[in-house]
Amino acid sequence: MDAILSLEGVGKIFPGAVALSDVSLSIARGETHIILGENGAGKSTLIKLLAGIYQPDSGAIAFNGQPYQPKTPHDAQQSGIRIVHQELNLLPYLSIAENLMLESLPRRAFGVVDRKALNSRAVALLEEVGLDIDPRTRVEALGVAQMQLVEIAKALSYDSKLLVLDEPTATLTPPEIERLFSIIKRLKARGVTIIYISHRLHEVFEIGNRVTVLRNGRLVATRDLEGLAVPDLVRMMIGRDIADEYGFDARVVPGKVALSVANLKRDASTPDISFAVRHGEILGVAGLVGSGRTEAMRALFGADPKLDGVVEIDGKPVAIAAPKDAVRHGLSLLTEDRKGQGLLLDMAVDKNITITDLSKVSRNGLLNRRAEAAAANDLVGQLRVKASSIEQAVRNLSGGNQQKVVLAKWLFRGTSTLILDEPTRGVDIGARREIYQLLWMLAAQQKGIIMVSSDLPELMGMCHRIIVFSKNRIVGEVPRSDFDQERILSLAYQEYVRP
Amino acid sequence: MSETTVSAPVSPGRAKFLRFLVRDAGVLLALVLITLFFSVTAPYFATSGNALKIFVQIAINTVLAAGMTFVILTGGIDLSVGSVLALCTVVGATVMIDENLSPAVAITLALLACMATGAVCGFLNGWISTRWKIPSFIVTLGMLNMAAGAARVVSDNSTITGLPQSFVDFGNLIIGGFLPSIFLVAVLVIAAGWFVLRFTVFGRMIFAVGTNDEAVRLSGHNPDFYKVAAFTISGLTAGIAAMVYLLRLNIGSPIAGVGYELNAIAAVIIGGTSLIGGKGSIIGTLVGACILQVLSTGLQLLGVGDNFKPIVIGLVIVLAVILDAYRERLLRKIR
Ligand SMILES: Nc1ncnc2c1ncn2[C@@H]1O[C@H](COP(=O)(O)OP(=O)(O)OP(=O)(O)O)[C@@H](O)[C@H]1O
Ligand SMILES: [Mg+2]
Repeated sequence: MDAILSLEGVGKIFPGAVALSDVSLSIARGETHIILGENGAGKSTLIKLLAGIYQPDSGAIAFNGQPYQPKTPHDAQQSGIRIVHQELNLLPYLSIAENLMLESLPRRAFGVVDRKALNSRAVALLEEVGLDIDPRTRVEALGVAQMQLVEIAKALSYDSKLLVLDEPTATLTPPEIERLFSIIKRLKARGVTIIYISHRLHEVFEIGNRVTVLRNGRLVATRDLEGLAVPDLVRMMIGRDIADEYGFDARVVPGKVALSVANLKRDASTPDISFAVRHGEILGVAGLVGSGRTEAMRALFGADPKLDGVVEIDGKPVAIAAPKDAVRHGLSLLTEDRKGQGLLLDMAVDKNITITDLSKVSRNGLLNRRAEAAAANDLVGQLRVKASSIEQAVRNLSGGNQQKVVLAKWLFRGTSTLILDEPTRGVDIGARREIYQLLWMLAAQQKGIIMVSSDLPELMGMCHRIIVFSKNRIVGEVPRSDFDQERILSLAYQEYVRP
Repeated sequence: MSETTVSAPVSPGRAKFLRFLVRDAGVLLALVLITLFFSVTAPYFATSGNALKIFVQIAINTVLAAGMTFVILTGGIDLSVGSVLALCTVVGATVMIDENLSPAVAITLALLACMATGAVCGFLNGWISTRWKIPSFIVTLGMLNMAAGAARVVSDNSTITGLPQSFVDFGNLIIGGFLPSIFLVAVLVIAAGWFVLRFTVFGRMIFAVGTNDEAVRLSGHNPDFYKVAAFTISGLTAGIAAMVYLLRLNIGSPIAGVGYELNAIAAVIIGGTSLIGGKGSIIGTLVGACILQVLSTGLQLLGVGDNFKPIVIGLVIVLAVILDAYRERLLRKIR
C-alpha cells in the first residue's frame, strides 16, 4: 500500500484525559478513510495533531514518506493538508468572501483588495457547495449549516493533497449532503486523499473505502467498508448493539395544545406562519438549510425581533418580547449554535448547566455550591457527559459532549415546552439513544417538544407529526402515518423550484 | 459519569490546585518577590513606618479598583472613576461643613451623598452604554469630562476645607498601631466584593455575562441589567473612595483624582482580570494595587527619579498583560 499518511504509536494526553494512546494507522493515497468513535473517543484530537494545533506526546507521524511535525496550522497548509474542523472558525464580522479568501486576498496596486475579483471568485466557490447567498453578506448573519458550507468552500478554495472533514454533515440536510458527496467523489477522482469523520453512520458507505474506529483514545480496528453494515460499525464503536434507535413510544399520546403560534411574521419580507404543538407531542420541523426554521423559532422565543403574531400557551395569549419572557412562560430554546449562543465556553460544566435557573441552587441570592454540584452531577450522569469533572471548562470537552451540556442546561430548567434546534448535532449513536429516551420521558410527562433537525431519519423516527419549511413558509404538515422521505423532501424543495 | 470517565493522569483535585497556583498565586508571588527585592536593596523600605505608609497610600486605589473589577469582568471599562471621585469629594465636603448639622449627622449624610452621587454617575454610564449599545469606553470618557465639570460647578472651582475634627481624627487613626483606618475601609470593600462575586447568584451572573452575554440572554436573563449594575457598583465605590480621600487629605477638591482611573485599571489587570471579561478575581485586584504601590515607593526610595518611575511602572503593566496572555494558555491546558 502506498501510504500518504502514517501514524506510529501516537499518543496525546490532556490533564484529566488520555485523548489518544498508541494509535497506529496508515491512510492509503487516494482513499477516503472514515474515522468513527463515540463522543470523546479522540477523533478531533487526532485531526488537531495533523493540523498542527496540538503536538503528539508520543509516537511519530509521516506524511508522504517524510517525518511530519507541524508546529502551527500554517505548517499543515504548507504541506498540502486542508482541514474543516468540527467547530466553526469563521470571522463573524467579515463577509463570506473575505472569510473564504482570507489567506490570499486578491490585490491590486498598493495592496488594495480587489473587491470585484474577490466577490466573483467567492460566487464560484459558493456555487460549488450549493450556497445561494450574496458573498458580501457578513458571516454573523448566517445559520450554522450555512457557516458549515462556507467552511467547506474555504477548504476547497485551495488545492490540497489531503482533505480532512470533521463532522461536516452534522447540520446539513440531504440535498446539501448529496452535493458535498459529489464534490468528494470529484476530488477523489482527481486523486485527493480524504479523511472523513461522522456520526451519521448510514452516509459513510457512499463515499468511504476503509474505516477506522477509535474507542477511549485507542484504535479498535481498521477495516474495509465493503461487506460491513451499520450494525457492525455500531458494535465496533460502542461494543454492543442498538436495536431500536429511536424507540418510538406508542403509549405517549398527544393531548391538549400546549403552544400555538398564529401569523408569526418576522419582517415585512417574510410570509407569516402558524403552527401548534400539543402536550406530550414531539413535533418535527423539517426543511432545507436556510429555509427559515431556526429564524422562526428564534422569533417565537423572543431571541430576534418579530413584527407580528400571537403566541398562546395553554390557550392564553402571552407577550414575548425577549427570551426572558419566553422562559418565564415555560419555554426553552436549545439553539443550534452551541459555541456562540449556547455555552459559556470558558466556564465549568456545572456553571453552564445551572445558568438557566440559579434559583434552584440558591437561597436568598446565595449560591449553594453543594446543591449545584449535585444537580450538575446528576445530569452529567444521565446524559453520560464525558468530562474529567464537572469543574472542567466546557471549551475542553469534545464537540458531542458540549452538545450534551447544552441539552443538560435546559433539562435542568425543566420547562413545560421545549424547542430543540438540532439537539443531537454531533452526538454519537449511543448517546443519541439516551437523548431520545429522555425526550420520550419528557413527552410522557406531557411536555410539548418541538424538534428542529436536519437529520430526516431522526425526525421520522421520533416525531408524531412533521411540519415542513420551504423558503420561510410552512408548506405542509405530514402525519406520522404518511411519513416518507421523498414526500418530505419534495415539500422542502417546493418553494425553490417554483418559478 | 464514573464509568465513562477516562482515567486521569492529573486528578481533578490536583488540576484545581494547579489552577490556583497559576491564576492567583502567580500575582501573589510577584508581590512577595518585589517586596523582598526592595527590602534588600532600598534603604528604609523594610520598616514598619514605610509599611504603614504603603497601606495608607493604596487605600483609595484599592477601593476604586474593587468596583472597576466588576465592570471589567462584564467586559466593560470605566474611565470616569477619577473625576466621579472628584465630584464626590466636593459634594461630600460641602455637606460635611454645613454648620447647621451636628458632626455625626453631617458625616453620615456626607457618606450617603457621596455614595448616591457616585452610584448615579455609574448608573448613567451603564444605562447609556447598554440602552444605545455604545462602547463603555466612549460613554465613560464623556462622563469623565461631565463629572469633572460638575465638580467645578459644585465647588465653585475651589477646594473645600474645614471638615469636622472627629472625621479628621478618624482618618489619621491607626488601629492597634498597625492598621490604618482607611486601609481597613479598603479591605472591607474588597471583602464585600469578594463575597458577592464568589458566593452570590449576582456574582455568578457577572462572570457569565462577561463570558458570553448572548448565551446569557438566550438562557432567559437580561444581561444589560448586570452590566448596568456593574457600572453602578463602580460608581458607588468611587463615592466610597471619595470618602477615603476626604479622610486622608481632609479637603474636597475639584481637581482630585486626575488619572486615578488608570491606576485602578492597572491594578485590576495586574491582578489577573482579563480585559475581555469573564475571568478574574477581586483578591487579585487587591494584590495588583499592592504591587503598584510597592513598586512606586520602592523605586522612590531607591532614588529613581520621578521622571523614570512612570516608565518602570508602565513597563510592569505591559509585562502583566503579556503574562496574562501566557497564563491563559497555561490555564487552558490545565482545565
Ligand atoms: N484541550 C483539552 N484539554 C483537556 N481535555 C481535552 C482537550 N481537548 C480534548 N480533550 C479531551 O480529550 C478527549 C477526546 O476529545 P476529542 O475532541 O478528540 O473527541 P471526539 O472523538 O472528537 O468526540 P466528538 O465525537 O464528541 O467530537 C475528550 O475526553 C476531551 O474531553
Ligand atoms: Mg470531535
